[in-house]
Amino acid sequence: MGKTLSEKIIGKHSSKEVKAGDFVIAKVDVAAVQDGTGPLTIDKMSEVNLTQVKNPEKTVLFIDHAAPSPRKELSNAHKKLREFAKKTGSILSEAGEGVCHQRLVEDFVAPGNILIGADSHTCTSGALGAFATGMGSTDVGIGMALGKAWLKVPETFKIEVFGEFGHNVGPKDLILSLISKIGSDGATYKALEFCGKTIEKMDMSGRFTLCNMAVEAGAKTGIIASDETTKKYLAMRNREEDFKEIKADNDAVYEKIIKIDASKLKPTVSCPHTVDNTAGATELNNIKVHQVFIGSCTNGRIEDLKIAASILKDKKRNFNTRLLISPASKDIFIQALQEGLIEIFVKAGAAIVTPGCGPCVGVHAGILGDGEVCLSTQNRNFKGRMGNPEGLIYLSSPATAAYSAMLGYIADPGNI
Amino acid sequence: MSIKKGTAWKFGDDISTDHIAPGRLFHLRTNLPELAKHVLEDARKDFASEMKKGDFIAAGRNFGLGSSREHAPAIIKLSGVSGVLAKSFARIFFRNSINIGLSLIECNTDLIDEKNEIEVDLKNGIVKNLSSDIEIPITPLPDIMIKILNEGGLVEHIRKHRDFQLL
Ligand code: SF4
Repeated sequence: MGKTLSEKIIGKHSSKEVKAGDFVIAKVDVAAVQDGTGPLTIDKMSEVNLTQVKNPEKTVLFIDHAAPSPRKELSNAHKKLREFAKKTGSILSEAGEGVCHQRLVEDFVAPGNILIGADSHTCTSGALGAFATGMGSTDVGIGMALGKAWLKVPETFKIEVFGEFGHNVGPKDLILSLISKIGSDGATYKALEFCGKTIEKMDMSGRFTLCNMAVEAGAKTGIIASDETTKKYLAMRNREEDFKEIKADNDAVYEKIIKIDASKLKPTVSCPHTVDNTAGATELNNIKVHQVFIGSCTNGRIEDLKIAASILKDKKRNFNTRLLISPASKDIFIQALQEGLIEIFVKAGAAIVTPGCGPCVGVHAGILGDGEVCLSTQNRNFKGRMGNPEGLIYLSSPATAAYSAMLGYIADPGNI
Repeated sequence: MSIKKGTAWKFGDDISTDHIAPGRLFHLRTNLPELAKHVLEDARKDFASEMKKGDFIAAGRNFGLGSSREHAPAIIKLSGVSGVLAKSFARIFFRNSINIGLSLIECNTDLIDEKNEIEVDLKNGIVKNLSSDIEIPITPLPDIMIKILNEGGLVEHIRKHRDFQLL
């Protein structure tokens, strides 16, 4: 019987044939924590006297959620991560280097790997053809120390996408529509395997956006076969030797197959307070926006910034709408500077936020006021997410966000 | 795991980790007793201050969706909640709860009303609504998770075996 991508990768890491539903102890290639979950990870390890990590050069601690630190409690949490990294020889990604998931795909995760991360959007790396899943501090701490984790091999939903995206419609609209269709718990415990002509043609940036949001449908991971596009991406990161071709068997068994025609999609927006609560951007013209955020591990890549810049060039943000833009990593920031995108944004009235999570998690940089509306390119709009339960968060693509920042209300960029 | 009795507090569907342990209290993550004073604050303002040790949470679908923050189940446990009953749980929250020894019970919570008295016998997998005098069937946990819970969580498991002894 054929195997899905997840079955293949998990099988390799537990040295036996596995199928969906099996429980295994699997070898872990890369383990990661961030500044919100890392300190507890360290505490949990020391509770059991685990003081070393198995693979220091593949154990990464990210200072990205509250970076640079806005208050002393967090500065102390950061100190703890730095000291741990030093003591164990693990890698520390400092404030300003970027969001963990972007940094992981840039420099750490390779096709065929297993990555566990103490952050729910760890599934982003699945776009490289890896099995990448989010866990809590305890699981990841033990994984870091022992170099393995217990896993249930997930059943897989095959998401087959065909057709061409319309003007200013893209991967974000695709994933928001899919989540709306299956619900915020529609894929709980499952893997979402994206495939089909549209995915084959999609750049890595779009693939990362899709896999990033798999968890918003409850999934354990999003995953995509590695191919020439993956190879080129790794080569661009000077990691050609990390490439490995990995794909599902033609006769793999899927729990469900969902087909999506990309040409039928419209600019889509998630409305407060759940991601599956979507509407078309055109239907939301009456929603005035106080803040637009373009960035995050979902849509802070160079391709996203280029789309936003193409809309904002020689334009201004609406007088009543503030605009925050954060490149997802240091290298994206540099490229955006070199290509003149940052100048376009600043001239349009944007505030540039340090590469990292920025306003997405509600700790600093862009906390909403009572009753304020934010349109964000991030992945979550839960009540209180951006630091204030009285704030209202809408989610969209970078194109919709940039166009809405210009007009001051939620607007459909398909019409530009 | 003995039999536990307590009062039910009702919550709706899609209670996220942001409801349980909000991002605006990020700085309290290294001070769990303080953070626990705000548990579930953004879902029900009255909960943290008025719940009693031993009470149960009875929620709808997809409890605990969202982030991987283990602080969420940790502060529910720390506040003295005996267990969370829900129609379903989000994956990472589920795993985290078992790892830290917080009991989760998947069952039809439509059969529980606000302030009903609940009795849970985890060992035999029985939930009773004492107020309406009905027994509520539950979905059993996978064996691997029962093993972890029985040993008091994953940390205890590793302390004892120095490795995974779960399969
Ligand atoms: S950008 Fe937002 S969703 Fe992504 S890792 Fe940071 S806080 Fe989480």
